[in-house]
Amino acid sequence: MAMPEAPSGTESLPTSVDLAEEYKASGVAEVLDELDRELVGLKPVKQRIRETAALLLVERARRAMGLTHEAPSLHMSFTGNPGTGKTTVALRMANLLHRLGYIRKGHLVSVTRDDLVGQYIGHTAPKTKEILKKAMGGVLFIDEAYYLYRPDNERDYGQEAIEILLQVMENNRDDLVVILAGYADRMDRFFESNPGFRSRIAHHIDFPDYNDGELLSIAEGMLRRQGYRFDTKAAAMMGDYISRRRRQPHFANARSIRNALDRARLRQANRLFEESARPIDAEQLSTITARDISASRVFTMVEPNHPEITS
Amino acid sequence: MRITQGCFSFLPDLSDEQITAQVEYCLSKQWAIGVEHTDDPHPRNTYWEMWGNPMFDLKDAKGVMMELEDCRKAHPQDYIRLNAFDSSRGFETVMMSFIVNRPDNEPKLRMTRTESRGRSQHYAWETRR
Repeated sequence: MAMPEAPSGTESLPTSVDLAEEYKASGVAEVLDELDRELVGLKPVKQRIRETAALLLVERARRAMGLTHEAPSLHMSFTGNPGTGKTTVALRMANLLHRLGYIRKGHLVSVTRDDLVGQYIGHTAPKTKEILKKAMGGVLFIDEAYYLYRPDNERDYGQEAIEILLQVMENNRDDLVVILAGYADRMDRFFESNPGFRSRIAHHIDFPDYNDGELLSIAEGMLRRQGYRFDTKAAAMMGDYISRRRRQPHFANARSIRNALDRARLRQANRLFEESARPIDAEQLSTITARDISASRVFTMVEPNHPEITS
Repeated sequence: MRITQGCFSFLPDLSDEQITAQVEYCLSKQWAIGVEHTDDPHPRNTYWEMWGNPMFDLKDAKGVMMELEDCRKAHPQDYIRLNAFDSSRGFETVMMSFIVNRPDNEPKLRMTRTESRGRSQHYAWETRR
C-alpha cells in the first residue's frame, strides 16, 4: 500500500471517521454474515477473520486520515485437518480483502507443489513465475505447502520455488496475498526449517475438527443444495454413521461426509430402480432413506482400527 | 526519427501507470497480452521476437508489467511492444498493439530509389542506424 501524498493542507483530510459507516460501506458485513450463515462451526476461525477485518478497516481509516501506518502484512497460514474448510475460507478471505481494498481483483489461485516446482533444472523459476503472474491482484493459495520443502533431497527444486515465493511475498506485498495451508504438525515443521516464511506470515489461523452435530448439519446443507433431503430415520442414521466413521482411518471431516452422501445417492438410485414397480414421484426421487445409509460398509466393520480397510 | 507504429505512437511515450491502465482495459476485454521486442522497426518486419508466451489467463496488469520490466532489463535498447490478442471466434486477431519501449537512438527509415526497365523506379525503405 503506497503512502498517501504528504498532506499539504489539513482541510483535504477528514478529521473524524465513522467506523460503523465505513464497515457498512465496504461490504465487509455481507461477507462476514455470509461466512456465518453458510459455514457451519469453525468458531475460532470466524473470530480470527472478524478480528483481521477489524484491523484492516482501522488501518484503512488511519490511512484515510493521514496517520502514520505501516502496510499490514497479510500473508496467512491455515492449518487444520483435511476437510475442515481451509479452501472454502480462503475463497471468502479473498473476497473480504478485495472488499477492503487490500487486493485489486479478489480472485483465488489454488495451487499445490506440482504447479510450482519443475521437473528439471531451469524449469522451476518460469513455472513459479507463471503462477505468480496469474495470482497478481488476488490470493495465491498453496495447499499442502510443506511439500515444497523436501529436507531428504538437497537438490530438490522446491527450494528454488520457495526462494522466489519469499522474494515476491516481500516485494509485491501490495499485489498479492499468499495463503499457505496444510496439516498443523507438518506445517510447524515446515516453518521451523524455513524461518523466512514464518517471519513473513502474520496471521496463523487454526481450523478445528468439526464435532458430530456440526457434521450432521453440514450433511443436511450439502443435500439441500443438491435438492435432496433425509427422512427422519435417515437423519438419525447419518448421525450414527458420522460417529462410527470418525473412529475409522482416513477420516477427512466434511470431505468424508460429501463422499458418504455421494455413495448414499448412488444406493438410492439403485434402490429406486429395483423397487420401481409403479411410477415414482419427485418426493421419492429426492429422499434419502435410512436404508441408503445403513448399507455402508462403515456399519459392518467390527474392528474400527484396521488401517488397511477404508470405507 | 521517431517510429510511429500501433496505438498512441503520435503521443508522448506512455508512463508505466498509463501502460498499466491500458493493459487493464485489454484484460477487461479478455484479450491475451503478449510482449514482443525487436531491433528492426521496419514496417514490413511484422514478426518481432516474443518475450515468453502470450499471457492468456491473467486477472491483473501487474503480471504483464513484471514481464515488461524483465524484458526492458534484458533489451533496454530494443523496441518493445504489447500486443492484445482477442481469441474469440470471428476476431482471432490482434486488437491492439502499442510500443512501450524505444532505444535512446532511434534508427532512421531511409528511402532508396532504383532505376529499372524503362522509366520505372522502385522504391524501398531501409532502417539505418
